[in-house]
Amino acid sequence: MNNEIIGVIFIYIITLALAIPLGMYIAKVFSGQKTMLGFMAPVENFIYRVCGIKPGEPMNWKQFLKAMLTINMLWFVYGFLLLIFQDKLPMNPDGNPAQTGDLAFNTVISFMVNCDLQHYSGESGLTYLTQLFVITFLQFVSAATGIAALIGVFNALKEKTTNSLGNFWVIFTKSITRILLPISIVIAVLLAFNGTPTSYDGKDSIVTLQGDTVSVSRGPAAGMVAVKHLGTNGGGWFGVNSAHPLENPNYFTNALELVAQMIVPMALIFALGIYIKRRKFSYVIFGVMSLGLLCLLIPTIVYEINGNPLLTQLGIDQTAGAMEGKEVRFGAAASGYWSIVTTIISTGSVNSMHDSSMPLSGMMQMLGMMVNAFYGGCGVGILNYLIYVIIAVFISGLMVGRTPEFMGHKVEAREIKLAAFVTLLSAFLIKGGAALAAYFVAHHAEMAWAVKPGSWLNNPSYHGFSEMLYEFTSATANNGSGFEGLGDNNIFWNISTGIALILGRFLPIIVPVAIMGILANKKFIPESAGTLRTDSWTFGLMTFAVILILTALSFFPALALGPIAEYFSIK
Amino acid sequence: MKKYLLPSLKLTAVFIILLAVLYPILIAAVGKLTPGSGKGETLTVNGKVVGYANIGQKFTEDKYFQGRPSAVDYNAAGSAGSNKAPSNPDYIQIVKDRIDTFLVHNPGVTKAEIPAEMVTASGSGLDPHISPAAARVQVKRIAAIRNINAAALTNLVKFHVNESMFGPATVNVLKLNIALDQLKK
Repeated sequence: MNNEIIGVIFIYIITLALAIPLGMYIAKVFSGQKTMLGFMAPVENFIYRVCGIKPGEPMNWKQFLKAMLTINMLWFVYGFLLLIFQDKLPMNPDGNPAQTGDLAFNTVISFMVNCDLQHYSGESGLTYLTQLFVITFLQFVSAATGIAALIGVFNALKEKTTNSLGNFWVIFTKSITRILLPISIVIAVLLAFNGTPTSYDGKDSIVTLQGDTVSVSRGPAAGMVAVKHLGTNGGGWFGVNSAHPLENPNYFTNALELVAQMIVPMALIFALGIYIKRRKFSYVIFGVMSLGLLCLLIPTIVYEINGNPLLTQLGIDQTAGAMEGKEVRFGAAASGYWSIVTTIISTGSVNSMHDSSMPLSGMMQMLGMMVNAFYGGCGVGILNYLIYVIIAVFISGLMVGRTPEFMGHKVEAREIKLAAFVTLLSAFLIKGGAALAAYFVAHHAEMAWAVKPGSWLNNPSYHGFSEMLYEFTSATANNGSGFEGLGDNNIFWNISTGIALILGRFLPIIVPVAIMGILANKKFIPESAGTLRTDSWTFGLMTFAVILILTALSFFPALALGPIAEYFSIK
Repeated sequence: MKKYLLPSLKLTAVFIILLAVLYPILIAAVGKLTPGSGKGETLTVNGKVVGYANIGQKFTEDKYFQGRPSAVDYNAAGSAGSNKAPSNPDYIQIVKDRIDTFLVHNPGVTKAEIPAEMVTASGSGLDPHISPAAARVQVKRIAAIRNINAAALTNLVKFHVNESMFGPATVNVLKLNIALDQLKK
């Protein structure tokens, strides 16, 4: 067991050691300095020319957001059409059916917003065409959207006073050509050499050693598995995601996929400090986020390696930990680590079934998504964190009796209102959604939906409530993991979580971009002795306290009904 | 919005070609060089494919080492975990039944010797591995049925243990059983 914990620490250190140089590289890419991938410049210029983009053209925050939203709407239409006609399109060796309208709605939104709720199983719910042309494609471009929004904010913070956030098209294109695509190729090749399939051959049929005839689903998964992690989308080729032995064949690939999903969000924190020339600000952010990680991770690993107390009572040997829903090759510690990484980072890929996690581990997973800013998803994690920073600036300002300032700009009523709106929104969507679902289970169990509310829950009592709470938390946080026992492929869940996904994605992008755009437009106030420094450790702790209080006040009652009650019921 | 629609359309088209066509084709081409040439590594006995190295199989017969319980009965057309909650009373009953079945098929084994993974379903339903302890606890049964020396079997298991620097040690059940069949001959 000890070596498993050392393994987890080792994986984290490797991630950090790679994220620092990557952060420096990202800062160079977007400030237009020479990098080792300079040979991509002709490709990019070709793309700009073909697409009629003028790379030097600046955009103010409204134009920047319009460009972003227009291209996203286009992807929605494109993806939706492919999914509902996939049975009639080529590259369907397994003869899989089309998606229903409500499922296609949920699927395309889910991937457009860099989430992966996946109310289907990849083996039977998609074709190779839609796996590649919808899912893999969106895994790249949705991650690039998040990175572009963040770089736009970097540009606002960089200048004393500016109108421009940079050119959305250029930042978006470079995110793919300079970051996501080259690193994905490296990861995909490593996965392929460890056993993840890459060929377009369909399902195979074999006779086993014991004489049974079974089918084996396959397909060109390696490329998708690489970008699903690097872009923090998390959507798996196979139904069980990275618990599947072809998608994640051994301990090395498990470590590789863990590093891949954490590296870009972490690197972006360091890139921030270099790019806006306030390195200490990024160290403080990194410190607060890492503290958050530890607070969630340590209890989870402890509960997972101690195993299920009810099984201990049965007298079996539980030295391996809580093995229900886990794979032997990863073990309890690395599975527990993954479950926290994937929920704080908004990846949503899984290497164990979260529904079978210990009660308080499940709570830590939900808390990771409720905060959604400990590292967080590609680009959007830092945007979420900046919302907390604005709130912390406001509260600190009140405490010391000064006008709140951030990076030399006055933070006024409009910005505070916008930030408060975003923090309230997630609480509203998560608790409102879970309450609505619970109402249907309790009062309309026989509704004639594809799955009746009476059959939604795979587990009774407190844990059943947790399944619904988790689903809305995951949708709102654009995470994508689930307590997968939930019967979620029906019109209620497809539509309701689809709406939560859109609101939970675009408002937390639009609002910080708008706030920073507005701030950057204001007159710059030089720092003085009276300035509240946002790059101090004191202010970092203040931000942490704000996150803690907001989350506790918003979600403690709901968590008490689910995981906390379950914990005491089996203690 | 209109001003942004045309670049959006063109940019989308360009990236579909780059990311959904060229990228997977490149990876597939590299994949040809891997063991299994990108189709998944298979295992053969006398030239006949008996399974995939990484995909677990169902072994119900007492003469074989058995793998973990599976929510999909090892049908690799799909994949799933049980998604049972640790507090679910029905689930605890299922585990109790599995323990009883295990004890019936493995006389002389005590409850405390049954590793947890032998009575809990894996995440994928296709877990190809068990722990070395889970293989060793089945040696006595298989030795009796196959009429082989238990020490030889223990050695076979030892040979198939895959130690990992940080991860848990594993035994690939299919590979072990293939070797077991050959041992008999």
